[in-house]
Amino acid sequence: MPETVTFYLFAALAVGASLLVIGQRNPMYSVLLLIASFGALSGLYIQLEAPFVAVAQIIIYAGAIMVLFLFVVMLLNAPKEDAAEWDRTHPLRQPGVARWGTLLAALLIVQLAMALMAVGEYNNPVGAQSDPATVNSVADMGRTLFTRHTFAFEATSILILVAMVGAVVLARREGDQ
Amino acid sequence: MHAAGAVARPARRDGGALMESLLRPVVIGAMIFIVFNLLIVASAILVLAERKIMGFMQQRYGPYLVGPHGMLQPIADILKLVFKEELRPKGADKWLFTLAPVLSVVTAFVAFATVPFGAETTLFGLLDEPIKLGVADVNVAVLVVFAVTSMGVYGIVLAGWASNSKYSLFGGLRASAQMISYELAYATSLAAVILLAGSLSLREIVDAQQGTWLGVLPQWYLFLQPIGFIIYVIAGVAETNRAPFDFPEAEQELVAGYNTEYSSVRFALFPQAEYINMVTMSAVATDLYLGGWHFPGVPAEFGWIVFLAKVAMFLFVYIWMRWTVPRYRYDQLMMFGWKYLFPASVLNLIATAALVLYLNA
Repeated sequence: MPETVTFYLFAALAVGASLLVIGQRNPMYSVLLLIASFGALSGLYIQLEAPFVAVAQIIIYAGAIMVLFLFVVMLLNAPKEDAAEWDRTHPLRQPGVARWGTLLAALLIVQLAMALMAVGEYNNPVGAQSDPATVNSVADMGRTLFTRHTFAFEATSILILVAMVGAVVLARREGDQ
Repeated sequence: MHAAGAVARPARRDGGALMESLLRPVVIGAMIFIVFNLLIVASAILVLAERKIMGFMQQRYGPYLVGPHGMLQPIADILKLVFKEELRPKGADKWLFTLAPVLSVVTAFVAFATVPFGAETTLFGLLDEPIKLGVADVNVAVLVVFAVTSMGVYGIVLAGWASNSKYSLFGGLRASAQMISYELAYATSLAAVILLAGSLSLREIVDAQQGTWLGVLPQWYLFLQPIGFIIYVIAGVAETNRAPFDFPEAEQELVAGYNTEYSSVRFALFPQAEYINMVTMSAVATDLYLGGWHFPGVPAEFGWIVFLAKVAMFLFVYIWMRWTVPRYRYDQLMMFGWKYLFPASVLNLIATAALVLYLNA
């Protein structure tokens, strides 16, 4: 019973904060609400008896990535991101944006529905093949990551390396040493 | 453990189990209450200690008028701050301006929740069941402390942004830039200790450091991880925003940095959080590198005194450093963090991994 109560509490917090993220006019508040949403998600992970995943969620997303986000938002000092009613030249007011945006939103809803239906079939929210023990212990998790998911793991790290090299190349101006 | 006891002595155990189920929340509540108040008292003592030691180092007395030898100075300070007017700049963000100091101090308190500070003890026979000294015994305690302290930077960053003042904003910006540059090295130096102990639980890490080498040298990770220890201490100073890495407030450049616009209790919460963070960093350093409550020849019952002494030593080093080393430029810390600390900690991690592999093989 207490599990159900805390589940709905964290779930409501996560969904509510995520919805408010896109509803804010001030990007600063969006960033903070996203952090709140991550915190609620990490509470859900603890309920799934995966404390390592929960703490990793906080360290990586709330503690590191969002600090970078906050830094950028503060540095750009963008107070509001909405356009005035009459401003037809704003990039978000162009017709193509609305069309593609609607298409993407529709795709996302279809994807979400399919994913939720698939979960119903397996009746296992973590995924069909993984048993809960593999997310509990850090050692088991590392073992799974470096045996069954080696390819995905290495591919991801190369992807991140490429992104890093790309960022360095873009940040360097012509004539820099 | 309880089941085994029930088999051996069923009659007495049943009554004991009932008592314990009632006593358990009381013990946990008492532990939270004691630790909470100890942290508050510790921050008051640290304010006085800082001013006294600073005075000693600058060949003067320090606070001397309130109470004998100025001992009651913290109480006078607190009363003064409480009775000051609370000001809020006109253009400040109403909610975040209040939230920021609260966030700072709450994360400071929460971070201590998973730090163990003593072995299992019955408090000299006072309790029937031994209790573990520490609020919560979590199996990923190292990461919990790291996660919560890394959230503490939001208090400073938000204070800087919400004040709507250029000096505060620069302080907040510096805090976030500083955090990104040292936190990687910090986490990597932690990972080396985790590899050695083979556990993420602070209690297990401490217990892995029992005993001595050759009968004299205590088996502390300080001697296995000298580089990791130095990196941890440097990152710890940066984490608590203290001199020589106190760029977010840098009074010669930024008036008072992120807390320029704060007054009264809202202001008081920032130094309070800073002092509690100092205690937490010292306690974690003691657990990770100095063998926690273990000391050759001292029985476990007195472990918490050993722990307290080690933490006090760390706190003294913190204060000593502040009044000895001048502040660096903040780009120097970023360069130092990325170009020296981080590679050094990665090499340290690789070497430790090789050592552990060799020892286990």
